[in-house]
Amino acid sequence: MSETTNGRLGLPETGPPRFESLDAVRGGLSKVGYLADESISGVVYLADRLSKPVLVEGPAGTGKTQLAKSVAELTGARLIRLQCYEGLDESKALYEWNYRKQLLRIQAGEHGKGETEGPSWHELEEDIFSEEFLLTRPLLEAIRATEPVVLLVDEVDRVELETEALLLEILSEYQVSIPELGTVRASQLPMVFLTSNNTRELSEALKRRCLYLHIDYPDLEREREIVRAKVPGISEELADQVARIVRSLRTLELRKAPSVSETLDWARTLVLLGVQTIDAAEAKDTLHILLKYQADIERATKELLSASSN
Amino acid sequence: MLDLLSGFVTELRRSGLPVSLTEHLDAAEAVQHIPLEDREGLKYALAATLVKSSSHWRAFETAFEVFFAVRPGGGAGEEGDELGEGEGDTESEGAPGDEGRLPGQGRSWKGGGGGEGMTPEELAELLFKSLMSADAAMMNVVARNAVDRYAGMEPGRPVGGTYYLYRTLRNLDLDAVLERLMQQAQAGAAGGALTDLEERLAADEYKARIDKFRRAVETEIRRRLVEDRGAEALARSVRKPLPEDIDVMHATRDELAMLHRVLQPLSRKLAVRLARKRRHGRKGPLDFRATMRRSLSTGGVPVEPRFRHPRPAKPEIFVIADISGSVASFARFTLHLVYAISSQFSKVRSFVFVDGIDEVTRFFEGVVDPAEAVARINTEADVIWVDGHSDYGHAFTEFERRWGDQVTSRSSVMILGDARNNYHASQSWVLEDLQARARRVYWLNPEPRDYWGSGDSIVGEYAAHCDDVVECRTLRQLEKFVGNLA
Repeated sequence: MSETTNGRLGLPETGPPRFESLDAVRGGLSKVGYLADESISGVVYLADRLSKPVLVEGPAGTGKTQLAKSVAELTGARLIRLQCYEGLDESKALYEWNYRKQLLRIQAGEHGKGETEGPSWHELEEDIFSEEFLLTRPLLEAIRATEPVVLLVDEVDRVELETEALLLEILSEYQVSIPELGTVRASQLPMVFLTSNNTRELSEALKRRCLYLHIDYPDLEREREIVRAKVPGISEELADQVARIVRSLRTLELRKAPSVSETLDWARTLVLLGVQTIDAAEAKDTLHILLKYQADIERATKELLSASSN
Repeated sequence: MLDLLSGFVTELRRSGLPVSLTEHLDAAEAVQHIPLEDREGLKYALAATLVKSSSHWRAFETAFEVFFAVRPGGGAGEEGDELGEGEGDTESEGAPGDEGRLPGQGRSWKGGGGGEGMTPEELAELLFKSLMSADAAMMNVVARNAVDRYAGMEPGRPVGGTYYLYRTLRNLDLDAVLERLMQQAQAGAAGGALTDLEERLAADEYKARIDKFRRAVETEIRRRLVEDRGAEALARSVRKPLPEDIDVMHATRDELAMLHRVLQPLSRKLAVRLARKRRHGRKGPLDFRATMRRSLSTGGVPVEPRFRHPRPAKPEIFVIADISGSVASFARFTLHLVYAISSQFSKVRSFVFVDGIDEVTRFFEGVVDPAEAVARINTEADVIWVDGHSDYGHAFTEFERRWGDQVTSRSSVMILGDARNNYHASQSWVLEDLQARARRVYWLNPEPRDYWGSGDSIVGEYAAHCDDVVECRTLRQLEKFVGNLA
């Protein structure tokens, strides 16, 4: 299916699909230590079949970046990462001409000339705008790679609205146009993940080109599984308690709800301290691992850990 | 399938989701990769291709439930068998005692289709058991029976089902069930009583289960409505506005809670956007020194010019808000939003009034979460002068007398209110004075423009002395206004 579609749209041919079925995605991800729920594995599967980038949104610390890493590990692909920040521009994301080297080349041409004929301006121009003088940046690198790659564009919401436009060509056509060189097309289709912490609305144009995946805090069962998978030596009972306390914390109105990675930190701490079952005193002492604001800690202590809520 | 999908997309667009043609095509392609019988898979495939913002999820889910409701047929048949078994069990257990009362009670319930044979007590018992054991299948059975028995659904009525839901849940009395679950948990605790922490955790667990049950009932009701009237007709009745488009003045309690939830990310986004705009909006003059310094690495050729960062002055904001009953929630949202982005202003001062006026800036000082301060305003601000009915005229004269001289040419004044003055004197000369001194005077009116000037609304009289009067009914409008202010 995907082959014919891509032919129609003039995209580079895809290889065989990376995943056999939905279950293969899910099983594979859990094998590399990422416990995906249905929506996550479903979207990853579709991304492969439709050759579309995935835009992953959700609160911090729910495993958005980890998803891309795990998919890379699962498919045996190289991970190319573009960390976005304010002020990111073409020369940092796509490609840049190596000015210094070009200048050197021009100066070398003048010196070598002596009395006889040097290279003509035309030859020189051809020369200094050849691939030798091109510095590839992550996006171009992902397109030019011959081996399978996974491209991760991290925290895409940090770049300015105008800079987003840089991504559009690569996301929909898998190609980069360099005025002096022509168009560089992908020899293989990379899997692309974009993550966003939702600090601003992304442009419609970007969203339209992507599959959208919202990763929220996991439900109780999944969080318990994650804790058990990621924290060696934790008892089932403790994992259950950890997951339940964290869920209760998330229902409170906190400034910053505990993320999955903080849950894991907390579980590890408890294991290190040799705690078998959590009681109020221990929870109170270690709460600062889960919550990072004093106001939150006070509130949680009051609501959850002190005198009866009835 | 394609027809169904088109209908679905149309419905999404009607609820305000921007679904483009490309996305529709993507969805059509995506569903071909999903096995047809996988309903959850279908949902995620459609969500991934059609919904591009988490705040649209609720609208999507509602539409999905309606358009792709579990159809009666294969699936329902199986569950029907299950239902039969469940009934069999309970009946054989409690048969002799209840049998006699059954027929008499059975008659009085309308539309008791599949639920015959279960008394309310048995139903309650079954509900309790299913919640205790978190058995999803049993919960669905109970939900179906409960809807049969209590909802009293009348075919053909153009309703969204909220009332049926209410009627069903009222009869089941979930609060009492929760209490009973908690007692059971207490009794079952290993070492006698539960500790407070355990108790709290158990309560949260049961609440989550009850919530799940409530959703099961809702799904059941919706499924029957779809059967009765068809998907598109129902979709029209259950359509809900996006959070940004909810009319703040007429929001229900649930909607207000939802607005609160979206307000925080919204204000954060706004703050980030404004900070960026401030830094990048205009380019400053050429920074000659930095350009020369930079050119050294390219052999003295100034390849990249550098510019100085512009530092525009930040405005000073006076917010004057009516917090009388009719517009209180609107004032709260606005204050919250303004304070969330207060770093974009050199100073924010806020005043609230009903017929008296009080400065509430102090509540916001040193508070991390504006919501807390806003909550304190309601209880602590001194805003009643005579009778607690809005009197804009008195509030304005009072403002002028006490703080008027602090409004300078650097201040922007925002006035929030519906200008329903209960036929008091308008005292609009105050605004005239303010306008002469302040940089700008804005009036934000939470009423629809059509109502302005009707009844005791005298917004027209004030409008003459404002730089702009803006209709501000939804968060979207509010965000736009505040965004332009900074």
